[in-house]
Amino acid sequence: MEHIRTTKVEQVKLLDRFSTSNKSLTGTLYLTATHLLFIDSHQKETWILHHHIALVEKLALTTSGCPLVIQCKNFRIVHFIVPRERDCHDIYNSLLQLSKQAKYEDLYAFSYNPKQNDSERLQGWQLIDLAEEYKRMGVPNSNWQLSDANREYKAAICRCSQPLSGFSARCLEDEHLLQAISKANPVNRYMYVMDTRPKLNAMANRAAGKGYENEDNYSNIRFQFVGIENIHVMRSSLQKLLEVNGTKGLSVSDFYSGLESSGWLRHIKAVMDAAIFLAKAIMVENASVLVHCSDGWDRTSQVCSLGSLLLDSYYRTIKGFMVLIEKDWISFGHKFSERCGHLDGDPKEVSPVFTQFLECVWHLTEQFPQDFEFNEAFLLQIHEHIHSCQFGNFLGNCQKEREELKLKEKTYSLWPFLLDDQKKYLNPLYSSKSPKFAVLEPNTVSFSFKFWRNMYHQFDRTLHPRQSVFNIIMNMNEQNKQLEKDIKDLESKIKQRKNKQTDEILTKELLHSVHPESPTLKTSLCFKEQTLLPVNHALRTIEGSNPADNRYSEYAEEFSKSEPGVVSLEYGVARMTC
Amino acid sequence: MEFSELIRTGRAQAKLLRGPEAPPLRGTLCVTGHHLLLSPGPQATSDLWLLLLRRVDSIQKRVSGDSGTITLRCKDLRVLQLDIEGVEATLDIARSIEALSSLESVITSFPFFYRPKGLRLGDAWHFHPPERYYKRVARETNAWRLSEVNGDFSLCPSYPRAVIVPRAVDDDALARCARFRQGGRFPVLSYHHAPSGTVLLRSSQPLTGPQKRRCAEDEELLRAVLAGARPGARGFVLDTRSAQAAKQARVTGGGTEAKAAYPGWKRLHRPLERGWPLQESFVRLVEACGDLEQSMDRWLSQPEACHWLAHVKEALSTAYLAAQGVGREGACVLVHGAEGTDSTLLVTSLAQLILDPSSRTIAGFQELVEREWIQAGHPFQLRCAHSAFSHARPKHEAPTFLLFLDCVWQLGRQFPQSLEFGEGLLLALFEHAYASPFGTFLCSSEKERCLCEVRTRTHSLWSGLNQPKEQRKLRNPLYVPNPLAIWPSVELQTLRLWQGLFLRWIRPPEPSEVAWEKVWQIVTDKKTEGCEPTVSASEPQL
Repeated sequence: MEHIRTTKVEQVKLLDRFSTSNKSLTGTLYLTATHLLFIDSHQKETWILHHHIALVEKLALTTSGCPLVIQCKNFRIVHFIVPRERDCHDIYNSLLQLSKQAKYEDLYAFSYNPKQNDSERLQGWQLIDLAEEYKRMGVPNSNWQLSDANREYKAAICRCSQPLSGFSARCLEDEHLLQAISKANPVNRYMYVMDTRPKLNAMANRAAGKGYENEDNYSNIRFQFVGIENIHVMRSSLQKLLEVNGTKGLSVSDFYSGLESSGWLRHIKAVMDAAIFLAKAIMVENASVLVHCSDGWDRTSQVCSLGSLLLDSYYRTIKGFMVLIEKDWISFGHKFSERCGHLDGDPKEVSPVFTQFLECVWHLTEQFPQDFEFNEAFLLQIHEHIHSCQFGNFLGNCQKEREELKLKEKTYSLWPFLLDDQKKYLNPLYSSKSPKFAVLEPNTVSFSFKFWRNMYHQFDRTLHPRQSVFNIIMNMNEQNKQLEKDIKDLESKIKQRKNKQTDEILTKELLHSVHPESPTLKTSLCFKEQTLLPVNHALRTIEGSNPADNRYSEYAEEFSKSEPGVVSLEYGVARMTC
Repeated sequence: MEFSELIRTGRAQAKLLRGPEAPPLRGTLCVTGHHLLLSPGPQATSDLWLLLLRRVDSIQKRVSGDSGTITLRCKDLRVLQLDIEGVEATLDIARSIEALSSLESVITSFPFFYRPKGLRLGDAWHFHPPERYYKRVARETNAWRLSEVNGDFSLCPSYPRAVIVPRAVDDDALARCARFRQGGRFPVLSYHHAPSGTVLLRSSQPLTGPQKRRCAEDEELLRAVLAGARPGARGFVLDTRSAQAAKQARVTGGGTEAKAAYPGWKRLHRPLERGWPLQESFVRLVEACGDLEQSMDRWLSQPEACHWLAHVKEALSTAYLAAQGVGREGACVLVHGAEGTDSTLLVTSLAQLILDPSSRTIAGFQELVEREWIQAGHPFQLRCAHSAFSHARPKHEAPTFLLFLDCVWQLGRQFPQSLEFGEGLLLALFEHAYASPFGTFLCSSEKERCLCEVRTRTHSLWSGLNQPKEQRKLRNPLYVPNPLAIWPSVELQTLRLWQGLFLRWIRPPEPSEVAWEKVWQIVTDKKTEGCEPTVSASEPQL
């Protein structure tokens, strides 16, 4: 690989940005074709995917060495101190090159090989099928052709981009389409048109020949602005947020005033409010709603997908959530590659629109702990992969581009991998008994919005609870299930035995059948001890002074540990030599 | 004095609104000596509704036409609204509530009349005296003794009759130490940390005054503490005031330990807020929580909410420091501020919770509250006279104990498996500290409690809480004993507003409560299923 000059640096220090003691870990830094790997003296591995790197900085030389700071898109920040400036410079240059690829073909997904054959890969891609989804929603039916959602309410969520109306332009066909949408709803005569932009922005767009629908030109529409800011505002808001919470030893008022001035939670609330408006229009008034923003792939995606999540419990399952992302984000052309900065491109197109969506979902899971089949780890993992470029799902900016890249032939789909690991992502408190169309009505009073520490500090171990309720309950649930299975196994064995006893009258046989009983008993007892172990084990590792155990680092570890099988060091070296 | 003199109207027809969640109640309203009753008509199925009048923090009345409205803001932060028929009746009832809820006399208060079924007077009062803790210390070390020098409360009115002191110091020396410390609060043992052989002590400030007086016995006492600890142990005096404030205290006769006079001891200053500023933060925070209409920016920029969390952060980190000194550095730590009855107790009790696994059980935590707050002389009667709603000019009110409970809650969030009790116990303690049918939190010191005969004439809260029917509310189903110290994170990103308390009556609780029920179910499921396989497996042998 032409970008790698140094593959291994020893005696590198890793600093923890929130640790109270200024201790550091010393270890060896390896650079592979796809990852940066740090192995400390306890043999703990930290893997950083090149595609996750958002920013590399080389700071001024200090007495202990040359500091190298790496900021990642998954909010990991690592601070290395490399003893020799030359090594630091080499690594710095390599990372600069490796983290910004110019072509899609150089992304990880095109070389990632999970050892599956072609048919398995194809199956993976067919796992989430949108045509199937529209069938589930009950479209097309007599009122609807394949276009978007419809439910038993007969009201529908529709989406589009802004009309090119300017100051006076009209389009009769457009007016007819809208009329058709509102007529397709047999219950309600009027429909809503939601413009998710602040009114001022929409009016400014009119000067450029775009704008919004004129209520006079369309019959039976009710027009509504909901005021979600644009991608540029969101990008700088997140930047401010990260600046604030990245500071160590902040005073309470600095922290909160920083949180306020970043405006981040205000934006989250705006998105949530819009989704609630949408859900209410459909649920309470039975009115169809047409949602648009400027282009119809950012704010519109946020609002439509969140609205669907509020309305339909199917989307709150693991599979349903995948379908929702495929439908409202991927297939409707959210520009993942530009928004996530997959390639070296225009930094002004990068924006955390999808992250905001995930955060809104997290807020919902916090308010409704029993209504979601998945847990926080699932959201974090999806967030990990929109930036990882390890799977093909989020590459490209629209369906057309994706087909041109032949992603389905050349890359793998993320979803089957998540489904295989489903156990990790299950919410133990989920109760599927809630009626199918139970609509969530979240509370959007200001204090129900909290800072999502587990996202923005997922790699800062010292900030997390030292024991996790979720893990405990998940373990217990797991044990309960195992024990239940145990009961069933034993019961069926008893039945078999009893049948045997009645069938065979020979005393000899009877004696034989009694003896094997004890081993079964033994195994069941051993089994119990085994299943109880993880809990005890977890306990033994609680060491307040060195809080190495929390689920976020565990996830990170699990994630990174699955890596070596796929891309080993040799792999990186091998590519280098050729 | 008869209560009847204060009751102006016996009864009236009224409608009671209990917040957005609960349905309104209609019926006959009735004021008694200690309670406000609402009895629904004969056709209604619901029970009598009852409110302890002492629980009322502030009362607001409004009349219009021929009816009136009374808004009652309670000490547990609940807001109730009563719509009453008749202007006269409204005014009379308001006046009666006002008079009865602010009675100052202890011995006419409700605990002296409360006689619940199933409890016997005198039960549980002797669960946690200092003698009991001394037995444990005596098993661990021989360097300490139980002294009854304060048997008649003459040395120190705010200490219990018995205190634990270094064996090498006799009662006469203690008497002289007491004269050198404010309020007579000479250094006593708060906690013995067996693994490191060091101790946590508490006292009040030394009365050095502007002349920098010294006291040989006091110096000897602290020397004896170091001598009785592990060999080579150092000492830290953790002053909960700033260095500046400690210096200024000399003007009024107080001061702090001079370095030269106490060899082996090093002084640290960790200023903690107390008194009025603490009460003010509490009041402002509750105000901010009650304002549902405010925008996100206003909520975040509420300096009040920030201030409260800042107090939490400071208290936890100071306790962390004290625990670190004892547990990790193997040093003896003496904690004091000025009087030694507020922030001092906050620090010593939290440090014990961090270090001592037995204080994290239900029984151990009750003992900790009894020993380190009630018997250690935290003036509950003064500090908890009013809560966050009172318009009266506060004199001695301060939510120090609430701050302690909040810190414990934060610990519980960070170590959800390590505390045997759940949020329920903390909420109960908050409620009862401010107004209670039990006698546990009455009075400001052991001396007053003896004078009022609290122990023989009222019921103990502990016996009330330890009844089997209360357990499910108080217990943490996820508890697994954890023998290690629990070192909390004190970064702001980790600390949270205690919504269960501050928003308890404001936000709709259902989803999280239902989820909690489910947790209980999973946990109890596990226990019952755990024994079943063996039962069925043994069947065929029968």
